[in-house]
Amino acid sequence: MIERTYFVIAAAAVVTYCLRFGGLLLAGRMPKTGRFKRFMDALPGTILLSLIAPAALAGGVWSLLATAATALCSLKTGNVFISMLLGVAIIALSRWLAL
Amino acid sequence: MNNASLNHNFTQLRAGFLANLVVAASVGAYGSVLGLLAAKKGIGWGALLTMNLSIFAGSAQFVMVDMWLPPLPIAEITLAVLVINMRYLLIGASLNPLFSGTSLGHRALFMHLVADENWAITMARFHRQKITTYFLLGGGCCVQLAWCGGTMVGHRLGAVIANPEKFGLDFAFVAVFTALVFSFWRGKKDILPWMFTVFLAIVGEKFVPGKWYILIGGIGGALCTALLPEGKDEGKEK
Repeated sequence: MIERTYFVIAAAAVVTYCLRFGGLLLAGRMPKTGRFKRFMDALPGTILLSLIAPAALAGGVWSLLATAATALCSLKTGNVFISMLLGVAIIALSRWLAL
Repeated sequence: MNNASLNHNFTQLRAGFLANLVVAASVGAYGSVLGLLAAKKGIGWGALLTMNLSIFAGSAQFVMVDMWLPPLPIAEITLAVLVINMRYLLIGASLNPLFSGTSLGHRALFMHLVADENWAITMARFHRQKITTYFLLGGGCCVQLAWCGGTMVGHRLGAVIANPEKFGLDFAFVAVFTALVFSFWRGKKDILPWMFTVFLAIVGEKFVPGKWYILIGGIGGALCTALLPEGKDEGKEK
């Protein structure tokens, strides 16, 4: 288990470093316009979104409500930390009320 | 290297460090959430610290911790990290002008401490004034310190709080990403690809075993953006 732990971390670290350094090395050769560029630009947003959607749905109505509140707060204030706190607080509240 | 350039490098390093203090506060805060989640999954502080120092990528580490169930799915985790961090190809490429005139060794060394935050602050500054790669490195040190500090505090708390569900802390993961995702929102042209992403992710999660839905939704949604006709939105926005 310990070896597996450090193997996973090492693999992730190598992959991440190769992307960082590789980007700098390949800078001259990457398409700066067109479909490839648009694909790469869209990727961070869609990746995060596909992480969230099933998890938000699995938690039921309160979870969806908290997700919506977090999203709205983030859009309005641009403050990641406050938005996160709001979502967590709504979930905490819903569980306290259910007790 | 003479004395004057050494001095200049130090000034740049310090300026970069100071400029990143603002974002470091929120990096530390959401790092503490990661520490909490990691402690709940039984990941030791040594492993967590190794992750911070060697990977140093917030969203990827959150995903890793989320996927952390024994036996560790090595291939799935590595692939997820690869896809999530694909943006670093672009980030690295965009730093090319800053690194002009530096040696390969210098580049190899300095690129490791590039995170979203210090990259964004460096790029914003680069447009206005003459800065060097030491400014970028100073920012990286600042963000790394906040990241390690935050995750370690969170990890410690995770060992103390017995029932984090009661405080809604299991939701922190979804909340962090929901708050972060809007920094990638670029206006109306994202509506259709994002809806498509949500659809793919939910369907994928239902019918495909494991965590592949992350890649299915992410790649499918980004492909949707790439294949949609370009132009009409860009004209409208500015």
